[in-house]
Amino acid sequence: MEFRAYIIRRLLLLIPVLFGVSLLIFGILQLFSPVERAFLYVTDPKQFGNIAAIIEKYGLDQPVWVQYGTWINQVFHGNLGWSKVVSQPVTDAIINFLPATLELALFATPLIIFGGIFLGSKAAAHKDKTIDHATRFGAILGWSLPTFWLGLMLLMVFYGFFSGLLPPERLSIGASIVVHSDAFTRYTGLNTIDAILNGNAQVLGDSLRHLVLPVITLTVVNLALIMRLMRSSMLESLGKGYILTARAKGLDENTVVNKHARRNALIPVLTVSGFIFAAIVNGVVITETIFNYKGLGWWAWQSAVNLDIPSVLGFALFNAVLFVFTNLAVDLYYSRIDPRVRLGGRMQ
Amino acid sequence: MTELRLWLHQLRKNPLSVIGVTLILIFAIIAIFAPILAPPPEGHIDPYQIPRDGYSPVPQPPSEEHILGTTQGQYDIYYGVIWGTRSAFQVGLIVMGAILVIGIFLGSIAGYFGGIVDEIIMRVTDVFLAFPALILAMAIVVALGPSLNTVIIALIIVSWPVYARLIRGDILATREEDYVEAARGLGASNFRIITRHVLPNSIYSALVMASLDIGAIVLAAAALSFLGLGAPEGYADWGQLIQFSRNWIVGIPGNPLAYWYTVIIPGLFILFFVLGWNLLGDAFRDILDPRLAKR
Repeated sequence: MEFRAYIIRRLLLLIPVLFGVSLLIFGILQLFSPVERAFLYVTDPKQFGNIAAIIEKYGLDQPVWVQYGTWINQVFHGNLGWSKVVSQPVTDAIINFLPATLELALFATPLIIFGGIFLGSKAAAHKDKTIDHATRFGAILGWSLPTFWLGLMLLMVFYGFFSGLLPPERLSIGASIVVHSDAFTRYTGLNTIDAILNGNAQVLGDSLRHLVLPVITLTVVNLALIMRLMRSSMLESLGKGYILTARAKGLDENTVVNKHARRNALIPVLTVSGFIFAAIVNGVVITETIFNYKGLGWWAWQSAVNLDIPSVLGFALFNAVLFVFTNLAVDLYYSRIDPRVRLGGRMQ
Repeated sequence: MTELRLWLHQLRKNPLSVIGVTLILIFAIIAIFAPILAPPPEGHIDPYQIPRDGYSPVPQPPSEEHILGTTQGQYDIYYGVIWGTRSAFQVGLIVMGAILVIGIFLGSIAGYFGGIVDEIIMRVTDVFLAFPALILAMAIVVALGPSLNTVIIALIIVSWPVYARLIRGDILATREEDYVEAARGLGASNFRIITRHVLPNSIYSALVMASLDIGAIVLAAAALSFLGLGAPEGYADWGQLIQFSRNWIVGIPGNPLAYWYTVIIPGLFILFFVLGWNLLGDAFRDILDPRLAKR
């Protein structure tokens, strides 16, 4: 009962946040002239001939609050404007580019989370040993690495010495033809999963080869963060009384570390998973740009350098909504496993 | 004074923090002496504009004239990284200064007065924090027109809410302390209580975070520059130098790393600069929070 009340309260709190997000995006929009803003209401290239009619129809010369009403109505109907970079509506562009980015995140996220937890707890369990120093050094170095520089260096080495082994972009031409042929059903849009479902080893191998470098680039920096956090959280947990009890009753060290200490140390790591989501989204823009990997991030970059307003704002809005719900999910899960959060009474 | 000596002692105990301090000092010296280390050529108007030696699109390797080589378009890399150090300090310090001022101002108002003011400020921070930072910064830069100044503005807009919340939280805790109660009992004004009693005792975590974050801010600015949303072409800026190198990661037959200097040199500058701030921030945290240092 109490948990349900908490969910309801959190859902209600979403309303002002989402309203504020829409106001912020709309506010940024007001920096532009009505002609530029007209692109937000275009759904078909034919309409470009008659921008004046669009300004008239959507009241872009009307008072601000009237315009907000028209705009938010359009957003609720799924119309975010026209993306001139890819010549399709922004909503379609998001839907079309999403699978590529999901595929990247699908491989990088488990590596970041499980890799970080594993290395962080290893370091804590062997405090001040070689492995601890090595992971600490790696963490602080990884956290200082410019993602885009790391990606370029990886490309340089793999272009130079293992030509063609781990190429940029998403698929080679051969595999791309197969994927777009009639014989290949695109169930999900994620090439690796579609390849498995179609039983096509060639496409699977090819898409995996294209994923290796972007996934490494996306993983390193964020892995460093989780690793650092896990290490300090694990050290705190290892100093607790129940660990002493567990050791005193003669449990072997593995059980103490893996069962007693690690589970409790995971809670602080869970609280930053929302942050990791944001970090991956930020990283995706840079990673996809470097590797010419045509996903949401690549599209956002193309739109940004071409000053394509509807696409950039559509992308920002999409991410904000996604991020708000991710944080909600994390908080709900968190309060589920740690009832103190709910009983504390404070919402923050 | 004894406190300062204790700090220095603790700083010296940890070899990593010594490295951090050294790195930042070296960069500070480079930034201060940039006009001597890389004097702008005669008749050069804007020292931040990297001088060009011709317009050939092919980068040239290190030579006597250009000791670290040139990028595409013949911008001198040595000049670029030296003056880029100044740009990096400017971006990092201006953004951080502004965030701290805004964060302290709004955070202390929200934390100290509470109620409806607190509610409004916190809901506003919620809205800004609803965006992945780089994405919102990108949108703002695009809206205001790409330049170094808009990058600075965008980074301030996306980063202040974290500090406002942090300071608010610390102030909420400090507000209840006995000495604040005592000051109030003596009839001190709200302004005096906040500036003399509450803030000095609740600002440490924000300062620690600030020292850890300067590196992250410089990284974000470099990333925006790399994406082509930063300073105009030819401005001394590390991110842009790396953007120039993007087309030259493929070498020539027989020498796959032919253009290594275009990528590696500006990258190392960013890496060491950020590393320096991160190590310094870590040391700072250990000193200011002895509870953490013991671990």
